[in-house]
Amino acid sequence: MKPFDYARAASTTEAVRAFGPGTMYLGGGTNLVDLMRLGVAEPERLVDVSRLPLDRIEAVGDRVRVGATVRNTDLAFDPLIRARYPMLARAVLSGASGQVRNVATVAGNLLQRTRCTYFQDVTRPCNKRRPGSGCPAIEGDHAGLAVLGTSGACVATHPSDMAVALAALEAEVHVTGPAGDRIIPMPGLHRLPGDEPERDTVLEPGDLITAVELPPPPPGASLYRKVRERASFAFALVSIAAVLDVRPDGTVGACRIALGGLAHVPWRAERAEQALIGGPATGEAFLEAAEAELEPARPLPRNAYKVPLARNLIVSTLEELAP
Amino acid sequence: MNRIEGRVKVTGLATYAAEYPAEGLTHAYAVQSRIAKGRVKRVDGGPALELPGVLAVLSCEDPPPLAEGVEGELALFQSREVAYRGQIVAAVVADSYENARAAAAAVRVEYDPGDHDVTLRADHPGLYKPEVVNPNFPADTGHGDVEAGLAEAATTVDVTYTTPVLHNNPMEPHACVALWEKDGRLLVYDSIQGTTSDRDTLAKTLGLPPDGVRVVARHVGGGFGSKGSTRPQAVLAALAARAVGRPVKIALTRQQMFDVTGYRTPTIQRLRLGADAGGRLTALEHVAYEQSSTLVEFAEQTALPARVMYATPALRTAHRLVRLDVATPSWMRAPGECPGMYALESALDELACAAGIDPVELRVLNEPDTEPGSGLPFSSRHLVACLREGARRFDWDARDPRPGIRRMGEWLVGTGVAASTYPAYRSPSKAVATLRDDGDFLVQVAAADIGTGARTVLTRIAADTLGVAPQRVHLELGDSALPDAPVAGGSMGTASWGTAVVRACEELLRDGKEGRADTTEEVRNAAKLARQAFGAQFAEVRVSAVTGEVRVPRLLGVFACGHIVDAKLARSQFLGGMTMGLGMALMEETLTDAEFGGFLHRDLAQYHVPACADATGVEAHWLEEHDDELNPMGSKGIGEIGIVGTAAAIGNAVHHATGHRIRDLPLTPAKILMARF
Repeated sequence: MKPFDYARAASTTEAVRAFGPGTMYLGGGTNLVDLMRLGVAEPERLVDVSRLPLDRIEAVGDRVRVGATVRNTDLAFDPLIRARYPMLARAVLSGASGQVRNVATVAGNLLQRTRCTYFQDVTRPCNKRRPGSGCPAIEGDHAGLAVLGTSGACVATHPSDMAVALAALEAEVHVTGPAGDRIIPMPGLHRLPGDEPERDTVLEPGDLITAVELPPPPPGASLYRKVRERASFAFALVSIAAVLDVRPDGTVGACRIALGGLAHVPWRAERAEQALIGGPATGEAFLEAAEAELEPARPLPRNAYKVPLARNLIVSTLEELAP
Repeated sequence: MNRIEGRVKVTGLATYAAEYPAEGLTHAYAVQSRIAKGRVKRVDGGPALELPGVLAVLSCEDPPPLAEGVEGELALFQSREVAYRGQIVAAVVADSYENARAAAAAVRVEYDPGDHDVTLRADHPGLYKPEVVNPNFPADTGHGDVEAGLAEAATTVDVTYTTPVLHNNPMEPHACVALWEKDGRLLVYDSIQGTTSDRDTLAKTLGLPPDGVRVVARHVGGGFGSKGSTRPQAVLAALAARAVGRPVKIALTRQQMFDVTGYRTPTIQRLRLGADAGGRLTALEHVAYEQSSTLVEFAEQTALPARVMYATPALRTAHRLVRLDVATPSWMRAPGECPGMYALESALDELACAAGIDPVELRVLNEPDTEPGSGLPFSSRHLVACLREGARRFDWDARDPRPGIRRMGEWLVGTGVAASTYPAYRSPSKAVATLRDDGDFLVQVAAADIGTGARTVLTRIAADTLGVAPQRVHLELGDSALPDAPVAGGSMGTASWGTAVVRACEELLRDGKEGRADTTEEVRNAAKLARQAFGAQFAEVRVSAVTGEVRVPRLLGVFACGHIVDAKLARSQFLGGMTMGLGMALMEETLTDAEFGGFLHRDLAQYHVPACADATGVEAHWLEEHDDELNPMGSKGIGEIGIVGTAAAIGNAVHHATGHRIRDLPLTPAKILMARF
């Protein structure tokens, strides 16, 4: 590990002020410290934001504001979250292990990096880690990687479960930074790789996430389901966060679908949603919507299974949610 | 019995190799090759030597002296040739671990790369028949006419099964602290499965007399075979300590463990079986294709179980090996039996399905009178009893054999069975038992407790022999200064060390003061018999028709392993083996990088082993088996048999659930979905 300076910020203003070239914010460190050990991240300076007074979950009118440093465990077990956003609690609990969730923060969960083999190995090329060096995953190990929104430069996935639920819930990410405060609606925080795979998000240098604000939950029933070959402590092969509201006449009133494990971003399935809203809530309609969503998928030989997997998962989850 | 060292372990007081303090301790970190084949052109340690705290850079530029004739993975820095990506090509010694690691990244290594080949194929032109397979069996055996047997069979199967690279992944990383004493002797705290053999190997490698080295390994956090032989970290620590004139510590990272501490070879296995109308085998052929490195020939004895399991008039077993630009494979829990029984027991299930015979009955029908490969009588063999007892406990008779017809919601339900087997070996060992002044007993043997409970079981064996309470026996192990003992491997630790402990205690009872035992003669004079443990494993699986996920709500094993010396310790061994087998069935796999060489999955986030949530319904039972032809305890080894057959039982259950036969481990959602859609 490269030697680095460490400073603990007492306020968000102080944190942003302390940010300079080579600086990274440190939250729970469950991903960043690993990457530093591996030589993937080599910050010259860490500004520890994990003890900022941003660790509260509070109702603000009909919305809920979750501070950036709230630990994943505290988020998942918060009574307000469990009552109003059970899908979010389930998503968080499906991620990592109890020990990791006790340490990991909300903001850190959103900003964790891909677990692509090549990204994490400094002895091999990776466009995300070393722009222009190439993407060996496309010919090599991509079984866990993306099928939607990929580019010739990168097929990485975003690994978070929580972010998938937040994308379906249309959470707002509150950011402060050198240019002042702003609000980024999910799923807009993350970006597709394009020809700049080194950029995971739309954040600018020095931007600091201060909170995630949840609008009132959409009407309807919700579910989070994660598929993985190990029953616990594994990243999603594919995951889904879905909300479905079926009107008394049997048509779909509201529908939100977000998918994990398929793209460089938590993938909001807008095509499927559009196809469903106003139409019948039937298995056939669900299948058509799923196929419409996955039509642009460009699978590689070893992740081709993700397309039928995602299709099945969308259909089965919506069927479970339909009354 | 509860583990004697349980308290010191759970309170963190047990000292492992990397935790021994030493005055002036320094730290070494290995630099690994970034090419899979070629030559090291130049190693420039200059930039590293300028970094803070750096004491030395070791490499082939100035090869540290080793004994003449040292070859293979331990011949560090003696050659410029690179055999695989990840091989140790240099090392840095510094005053702290962090400084050593940072400096290792600054060492500049230039290569002349060659074209590498890291892919095992059954049609590889480099395949050859090895002289022997591990440890010393003929590569090919046979009797009768396989082709004629297949031609006359009413039912045949001809199937190929493949297994991936698997890694042992003990919890404790391979680590070592090496200190050179003033008199030129070397003291090594190593994480090793046998201190006697580690001492001898290190002495031979470094050109020292055997009494010039002492190895201490009082606690070892697992090995599963990867610590069964001396690994490069111990040689590197000794060389580095000599170079800087101070003690040196090395703890390999998890990633480095994947590269330099051995693994289970991938296998391609072709099975051809024929059975007559009554279900009796007419022919059995098992051919295994495997890899080794260009450094060392290690040929896993994969087809060995076919020489043990079933009666057949025509039997052929064969091993073919290819030397690739890969790290050297080695022992991993039940080498040979584990991958071999996966393929054999899966193929037998296919034969049962094809012949319309219950898979338990098919095995019973083909029970041999003597060992099929050697013709030797078995000292004891209770496979049929294990199958029957397992079937009873599992309610096997209520099973509908038709595949793909049971459903609970989206989950397809199926059950499967497979047999287990593992040899009951014994090696010569020494032990000393002494009456202490306080009236208690001291028992000493250079055995290794790698987390199995060896210390506890040997205490119990000594106490039983002496006729005293276990609290009055004080057992010392894990130190090459103690009486010589074989490694904790081949499931023969308890049998080997236990024999010596019993004999030493018997001698003490006669002498009144002290007893010394050396079992070389006793082991050598044992009757020529086939000694083998057997078992049967039954699995229930649920396979999601939506996602292809496989869950195993029930896994039941029944074993016949002679006398079980301690029920609590034995149960842990069986459950651990079966759980590891579950991992092999469903998730464990290391990918080889065809483009750059080396392994791709090199940590526990990528190489998945089962979590508690995967192993919710694992049960182990055993039959009390009486066998006077084994050892004074009447015991057969139990460390490995638990992993043998598990993957086949689960794979057979997946077929029963889905109607699809996937012949390539692990059985991932990807493979199941792609087979179904």
